Order: sequence, then C-alpha cells, then structure tokens
Amino acid sequence: MTLPLILFYAFGAILIGSALAVVTARNSVHAALWLVLTFFTSACIWLLLHAEFLAIVLVLVYVGAVMVLFLFVVMMLDVKVAPLREGFVRHLPVGLLVAGVMLAEMLGLIGFGKLNEGGALVDAAAAQGLSNTEWLGRTLFSDYILPFEIAAVILTVAIIAAVALTLRHRPNVRSQDPSAQAAVRSQDRIRIVEIASANKETP
Amino acid sequence: MIDQIQHAWTWLHSDAASAVLIFTTIKILLITVPLILCVAFFTLWERKVIGWMQVRKGPTYIGKGILQPFADVFKLLFKELIIPSEANRVLFYLAPLLALVPAFAAWSVIPFDAQVVLSNSNAGLLFLLAMTSMGVYGIILAGWASNSKYAFLGAMRAAAQMVSYEIAMGFSIVGVLIAAGSLNLTRIVEAQAGNGGMFEWFWLPLLPLFVIYFISGVAETNRAPFDVSEGESEIVAGFHVEYAGSAFALFFLAEYANMILICFLASILFLGGWLSPFPESWGLVGTAGWWWLLLKANFFAFLYLWFRATFPRYRYDQIMRLGWKVFIPITIVWVLVTGIMVYCGWLLPGE
Repeated sequence: MTLPLILFYAFGAILIGSALAVVTARNSVHAALWLVLTFFTSACIWLLLHAEFLAIVLVLVYVGAVMVLFLFVVMMLDVKVAPLREGFVRHLPVGLLVAGVMLAEMLGLIGFGKLNEGGALVDAAAAQGLSNTEWLGRTLFSDYILPFEIAAVILTVAIIAAVALTLRHRPNVRSQDPSAQAAVRSQDRIRIVEIASANKETP
Repeated sequence: MIDQIQHAWTWLHSDAASAVLIFTTIKILLITVPLILCVAFFTLWERKVIGWMQVRKGPTYIGKGILQPFADVFKLLFKELIIPSEANRVLFYLAPLLALVPAFAAWSVIPFDAQVVLSNSNAGLLFLLAMTSMGVYGIILAGWASNSKYAFLGAMRAAAQMVSYEIAMGFSIVGVLIAAGSLNLTRIVEAQAGNGGMFEWFWLPLLPLFVIYFISGVAETNRAPFDVSEGESEIVAGFHVEYAGSAFALFFLAEYANMILICFLASILFLGGWLSPFPESWGLVGTAGWWWLLLKANFFAFLYLWFRATFPRYRYDQIMRLGWKVFIPITIVWVLVTGIMVYCGWLLPGE
C-alpha cells in the first residue's frame, strides 16, 4: 500500500461516515456541519487526484459560501427534528430506489468511459505539461467557451428571476434613503436665526 | 539556508521522507512563532497608537509598557474556562479552533522574499480565498453554541457581513489575476517588477480595486468601522461574549493573525511585495528584499489602527449597502476595464 492509497481509503472512510451522519444526526445544525466535513473530505480526495483547482473551488464555493448561508438559515429556523424523522421509514424505499438508480448510472458512465478509453484515463493537463489550473482555464475559455457562456447566462437569468420574484414595492413603507442621508448639509437641519435683543429697560 | 541543511540531512541519513517531515515542521514553526509574537506586539502597538491619538499614554507600567502583551497572555491563560450551562459543549470548544486553523493555514502560501515561501502553490491565491472564507465558521459556531442572544446576534451579523464582502474581495483579486496572468503569489510579485520602481506596481492601474480590496479586508476581519459583530455598545461583545480565558485568547489570536494576513496580502497583490519602491539603478535603496514587504505590511497595519481611532461604527444596513451596491458594481466594471487594458496592450500580463 502506498501513501496516496492509504490516504484515499482514510478520506473515503471519513467521507462515507460523515455523509451517513448528515442523514442520521438529530440536530439540524450538526447535520449541516457534517455536510461541511463531507464537502471538505471530497475536496481532499480531489487534491489526491491532482485536481487542485476543482478541490479549492469546492472548498471556496460550497464550504465557504453555500454552507455558511445554509447554517445561517438552519440556525435561525427552529426546526423540530422529531416530526421530520417520523417519515424516515416511509420514505426509505423511495430513497433507496433513487440511490440505486444513481449507482447504476455512475457505474454505467465509468464502465463506458473505461471501454472507450481502453485503459487508465489520461491526465490531459500533465500530457500538455501545464498545471491543472492553467489547463482548465485554457480549455474552458477556448474549446468550451460557448457552453461556458451559456451556463453563465442561465445562472444570471436565475439570479435576476429570484430577485424579481421576491422584490415587491409596497406602498406606505417608511424606509431610509441612505444617499439622501449622506448628502445632508448642516443648513438643511439647523437654521440660525438672528433675533434682535430686547430693549434694555432701566430698572 | 534551510533547504541546504535539509539536503545535507537527506544525504547524511539517506532518508528523504523523515527529512521532509522534520524540515517542514521547522519551517512552519519559523512562520507561526514570529507571527504569534507579531500579534502580541501588534496589540501593544494598537493600544499605544490609539492612546497617542487620544492624547493618552497607553500602557506604561509592565516593563515600561513593552511587556504588557505578555502580561495579558498569562492572565488569559491562567483564567478559568467558563461554559454556559445550556451551551453545546463540543461546538463551544471546537469554535475557537475552527477560527484559528484557517487563519494560520492561509500563511503557508505567503511568499516573504523571492524564494522564501513554505508552499509555492500554483493555485496559491485561490487557496488563500478558500481559507479566509472558512474563518467564518468559528464565528457563527461560537455564536450558536454559546446559546446566548447577544452572541447569536453577533454571529448572524458576522456571517452576513463576511459573505457579502468576500464577493467584492474576490472580484478585486480577479483584477490582479488578469494583470499578473498567474495565481501563484510569487509570480504575481514578479509581474510587478520593472525599471519604474513603485510606478510598475499594480496599485496604479488597479487603483479602485486596491482601495476596495483593503476596505473589504477590514470588513472581512470585522474590525472598526465594520465591527458590528462585536458592537460593544449594542450587543456587549458579540459572538465571543460567553468566552473566557484561553478560548477567548484563541479568538483574539485568529482575529489579529487575519488582520496581519490582509496587510501582507494587500502589499503583495498591489504594492509589489518585497520589491523596492525605487528603481533598481539606485543602488542600495533599489534592492529588493523582505524588509520592504515588512515595511509595507506595517503601513497597512497602522491604517487598521488609524481607522479604529478615527471612524465611528457603520450602521448595519449601510454596511450591507456599501458592500452590495457600491463595491461589487465598481469591482465588476474595473475587472472589465482591466480586461480591456490587457487586450489593448496598455498592461502586459505577467510583465
């Protein structure tokens, strides 16, 4: 057993263990944290495969941003776990079915790839003598520029749609206008009035 | 020098694996120990500078004030760890560690001189972004695990603020990437070298990104004037209100390590790292070296203190407005401008 193989099995064991803990944890905050560990461990496995760009982006996007927002929501909502767990046994067959179909698809895809390649997969980046990050950048922005841009447009449309769905202009809401607040001058708030002093009367 | 000793060791014991392990540990200690000392003296300097700005003297008693940080550290270490009775014990202990580990891990890719770097990674900048974005877990877990209203409010504010300002920070780094043509921090500094001294650095063509990067850095580390997550006058001490003793010291260490990291990064990305501000032909003052990097980082560290002594705290909604409605549009526009500059040949990537 070489060191990378030992590390792979160690990470794999942690990955499966934490993924199981996500669905079995009683506390929803704990479940979200186990999911963080799952993402982090899969990033470690990708690092073992020399896919450093994908691994770091996984940590950056999923661990650093998506799961933070997830935790944010889970902590704010007072989710009662017991009612959620009642449906566990009832939904188990459906879950197993979905998992089984996914497993068959993955095996089919990997088997198909193996048959097509006829052996071990070739590291395209190493073949060209580039680092993984550089190769990915060049390939994305030259060979796959159209799919890449289409994906970007679809995501932008989704963001705008989400904003448009939640944006409601309600009348009679007293809200602040920060630019007006920042642009205020002392003359607008205070007026100095000259008042002639009263005539002095001799006592 | 350490590399030569490592080669000698490998040759003497004919065992490369143990040599790598031992010497990497030594290198890590060579970074972390001075970093912790820097944090200690940074706190002293902060109290002194703010004192002088407010016409006070700052700490003067223990070793004429110089040994004050050590007194603080020993006080914190010998204090009792108090845990709220309804707190989540595991997460309560885990949170300070989760804040500290990314803050220190990020230092592994920082180059201090042309060849002096622990890990000369090709994706160094991305690694830095990933590590700094993980620091927020310590804060939100501390807030949640303490089971206290004030801590929870502070954690929520910190999480929202850090996620928002990360975007502006990421975009300003994208501008540097376009200008340097590399994710490797050493190559980013080398891309800023040239005969013009300080006018070859990226701060000039990327001026809006430079300003936004440092302000976002201040917001990302939750320092004044963006320190609503601690907000003493509103929510006591924010996310670490329930922490005492050494657990609080860890949060303190993580916050200051992150601040110094932002200072170093701003110097490396925009002010030419260890390069001299003067042209190379000027002899000694034109020689590049680590002392320039320390000088530049010191300048940014002073800015942190200056901000704290000068600006009142931002209102929470204005922080969000500044991040989303001002910084992000400006950075997106300037990334486009940088792209056009490179396309037209006004800015040659990697030179």
